[in-house]
Amino acid sequence: MAVNWFKYASPQTFYPLAGRLVPLFWLLAIVLGAIGLYIGFFVAPTDFQQGESYRIIFIHVPAAWMSMVIYVVMAAWAGLGLVLNTRLSSMMATALAPTGALMTFLALWTGALWGKPTWGTWWAWDARMTSELILLFLYIGFMALQAAIDDPRRADKAGAILALVGVVNVPIIYFSVKWWNTLHQGASVSLTRAPSMANAMLLGMLIMALAFWAYSIGAALLRVRSVILERERHAGWVRELPPG
Amino acid sequence: MGAAFVAVFRRDILQAWRRRADWLNTLFFFVIVVSLFPLGVGPEPEPLRTMAPGILWVAALLAAMLSLQRMFGDDFADGTLEQLILAPQPLPWLALAKIAAHWLLTGVPLTLLAPVLGLQFGLEGEPLFVLVAALLLGTPCLSLIGAVGAALTLGVRGGGVLVALLVLPLYIPILIFGAGAVAASAAGISAAPHLSLLAAGLLLALALAPWATAAALRVAAE
Repeated sequence: MAVNWFKYASPQTFYPLAGRLVPLFWLLAIVLGAIGLYIGFFVAPTDFQQGESYRIIFIHVPAAWMSMVIYVVMAAWAGLGLVLNTRLSSMMATALAPTGALMTFLALWTGALWGKPTWGTWWAWDARMTSELILLFLYIGFMALQAAIDDPRRADKAGAILALVGVVNVPIIYFSVKWWNTLHQGASVSLTRAPSMANAMLLGMLIMALAFWAYSIGAALLRVRSVILERERHAGWVRELPPG
Repeated sequence: MGAAFVAVFRRDILQAWRRRADWLNTLFFFVIVVSLFPLGVGPEPEPLRTMAPGILWVAALLAAMLSLQRMFGDDFADGTLEQLILAPQPLPWLALAKIAAHWLLTGVPLTLLAPVLGLQFGLEGEPLFVLVAALLLGTPCLSLIGAVGAALTLGVRGGGVLVALLVLPLYIPILIFGAGAVAASAAGISAAPHLSLLAAGLLLALALAPWATAAALRVAAE
């Protein structure tokens, strides 16, 4: 049986498919988020060292995971667009970038809110925090480059090269920051203590991570629909879409 | 192929030599930025000595970055770049020639100037040699990585600020190991690990950056 792998590579066929998928992922995100938050707030026990303030990990850790996953996925789509010259792949990369930047920002923000009550400081030049901040710079660079180029095809290709260069650099940056941090060992708090986590905490965190996945996919699909409409506005099928 | 490399390299050097002021400005910028720090932080020698590696490296980073626009900018404007792309020689190889010329025009003078500025900050003896060694290994990386950013922002609105946004995060590992080498040497520890990592970064950049630059140049010239 021959499968047409490229059926949904065309914006025209993907647009309605994305339209059907978006509500599904929204629903998943809401249901999983509700379950995860319920476990996080009511089922998971209070941490005997950090009290109630640790509960922010149910937002913080999934956001940090997503921030890294989305960068890799974005670079993969961008690279695919560069190699196969498929417009939709590049549109996916464009659509993912703002969600990735949002997740990075969320991880930094909740990290600061968590750091204040537990370590007594909003910010420490810890390896993970610093590399997360640099990741935010990489997202901003990608979006700024695409925004500065008017021709969308050129913006796609330039963004793809930048994303691929960034993906090679992310591990290098991470390890360099890590070694730099151990060299300047001044911080008194250890952030790398192995977490001995209660099962309910772990479960809540995993469910919240799935909710963040669903949200990110839903948001990216919603955004890619807008990108498709904007770029294909001259195409016949877009004009024939029912209004609204 | 060798002849083409030499021709592109020579041409860039010759052009720069005929417009010396452009390249000297980069060096003056480096000196001025470094001199601003004591005025901002205060003249006490001890904090200045501990901050010297970081200050010198950050200033070198900024100076190298400011000169990036000139690497391909004029060639893009007058059509030379299209001829380079059409040339039978591989574009990454020709891009490497331009990168090498850029390094000779910014990296090498910065390296030669840095020890003098280091003296102003109270660095003496071995740390000064380590500073020169680290800059010799690090500045080619700056030119190589910077070339990708310069090629990506060719003919783009607000290219000057954009190139900073793209390139500076990628410069971070070089800053860390470069300044780390000098700081380690000043603290009496061996700087060899840092220098080895810088050399590794240089080899990696040498292997990948010309290809990324060439791809970006093709996109820009479409």
